[in-house]
Amino acid sequence: MKIDKDTLHKIAHLARVEIKPEKEEGYIKDLEEVLTWVEKLNELDTDGVEPLTNMSFEENALRPDERSHQLEHERALKNAPKADDDYFRVPKVLD
Amino acid sequence: MISPEVRAKYKLVVGLEVHAQLQTATKIFSSDNNSFGDAPNTNVSVISLGHPGVMPKLNEKAVEYAVRMGLACNCEITEYQYFDRKNYFYPDLPKGYQITQDKTPICVGGEVPVVYDETKHSTVKLNRIHLEEDAGKSIHLEGEPDSLIDLNRAGVPLIEIVTEPVIHSPEEAGAFVAEVRRIVRYLGICDGNMEEGSLRCDANVSIMPVDATELGRKVELKNMNSIKHVIRAIYHEMDRQIRMTENGEEIISETRTYDVATGDSTGMRTKEELNDYRYFPEPDLSPLHITKDWLESVRSAMPMLPAGFREKFRKSYGLSEYDAQVITDRKEMAYFFESLCQATNNYKAAANWTMGPVKSYLNESGKTIDQLPISVESLAGVITLVEKGTVSFSAASQQLFPYLLEHAEVLPDQAAEKLNLVQDSDSDSIQPIIDEVIAANPAKVKEYLKGKKGLIGMFMGEVMKKTKGKVDPKVANKLLRESLETVK
Repeated sequence: MKIDKDTLHKIAHLARVEIKPEKEEGYIKDLEEVLTWVEKLNELDTDGVEPLTNMSFEENALRPDERSHQLEHERALKNAPKADDDYFRVPKVLD
Repeated sequence: MISPEVRAKYKLVVGLEVHAQLQTATKIFSSDNNSFGDAPNTNVSVISLGHPGVMPKLNEKAVEYAVRMGLACNCEITEYQYFDRKNYFYPDLPKGYQITQDKTPICVGGEVPVVYDETKHSTVKLNRIHLEEDAGKSIHLEGEPDSLIDLNRAGVPLIEIVTEPVIHSPEEAGAFVAEVRRIVRYLGICDGNMEEGSLRCDANVSIMPVDATELGRKVELKNMNSIKHVIRAIYHEMDRQIRMTENGEEIISETRTYDVATGDSTGMRTKEELNDYRYFPEPDLSPLHITKDWLESVRSAMPMLPAGFREKFRKSYGLSEYDAQVITDRKEMAYFFESLCQATNNYKAAANWTMGPVKSYLNESGKTIDQLPISVESLAGVITLVEKGTVSFSAASQQLFPYLLEHAEVLPDQAAEKLNLVQDSDSDSIQPIIDEVIAANPAKVKEYLKGKKGLIGMFMGEVMKKTKGKVDPKVANKLLRESLETVK
């Protein structure tokens, strides 16, 4: 599968990663290789096969509506790169 | 302003998306507290914070609540479902994706009957209702270099109710939101508080020339936090689009927010032009299977809905459509009226008392109906006293009812005695007073008999004065007329 520069940058934007121009070619090559490898799956006939959404065959792994495992406020904020006494802080987002 | 003639050239087309936060004790995929108004970042867990390696687990109650809503709206309940990831970056969405249902919404189709402009009926068709998680809250303060993030709301269970584009007036849209709010409240699955954001509404608005067959370009209006604002914002957007079309301008498909203060809307920056949610099945959750037994157990526990109460109140208790609407507007009021009608057969009086003295008392005191000090039996007793003519309605509503609100332990008839409100409806004791009044006013009696029938008020006034207002006016009036006619 062929990947062009626009597609590379679209994927990079969606993943919020920055790509240096000198790296573009290498990434395009890697992506093409991965996708070509995955394309192999298209050779299988999957007509009438329901998509597998989960690796286990379990269904209805549900939880009763009961409180537990709450994190204390201080611990919740502890790993944040930036926080004050109340909030996580992030670079200003507009809209 | 746009003239009615110009407006009439276009047809409004609206589709609504209503988000309702479910009143579960815990979040949809984790067991931290689901509650509004607590100190920031106190109702959180490693799952709602999106820590690496954690696994979501679905809250059974959230599923049950969504099914209740689906049954209430006559939707088809999807037997086999899975969840999907909707991928986007925003700081109040810690995982980088929202878990939602894209391909297999829990409820499909359905409809909500609405009444608007008092007498217009319509049935709003639903596209779907799906389950998803709420995001956290971002706070952008003026002059602050940072945005502040509160993740208490992250992971709160939501149902999103999506209509087909079948709504054709702002009032109809408002009535739909009002009915959805009533339904979720009757079902006890959401408090319906639009100001606190537990019920939120987005609207897709477009216009088309009346004879067109293709829908116009739609504009999405975001987050209107009251029904009044929903109606106003849609009016504003409709007029904006008509004006643009009349001026030959092109409508851009965008998201706009309506500012209540200025009454104007502004486009939100569309830097997310490239947004592509890349939905795919959520691999961390096992599929959901609503078995027949499960569905039946939810169905059998369904409470009566506002439409059911309205019908019952009209058909069984003879209420007008308007009265039925008023009384069923709040669930608590409907239940109160229903139990009042179990205690008295005078349904008309029960409705008048509920919408009159009871409602005014609640409005004035700021109380809710479950805090009403007087019992249903006691109020039924008051109704009986008025019905029998023992106490006049005005004495009952102005004196007896307020007294009973203060003295809930006193029985109505005892209270009426104590307040000296019992009126005489015994004709034998009223007749002598009437005779007295007639004898004392021979000139007026002549005038009356000559046809000046308005004088009856003067005679009644005299009777009331002599009896200190304690005769049954109906009985006194009848006796008075009869006695006057027999004076020769």
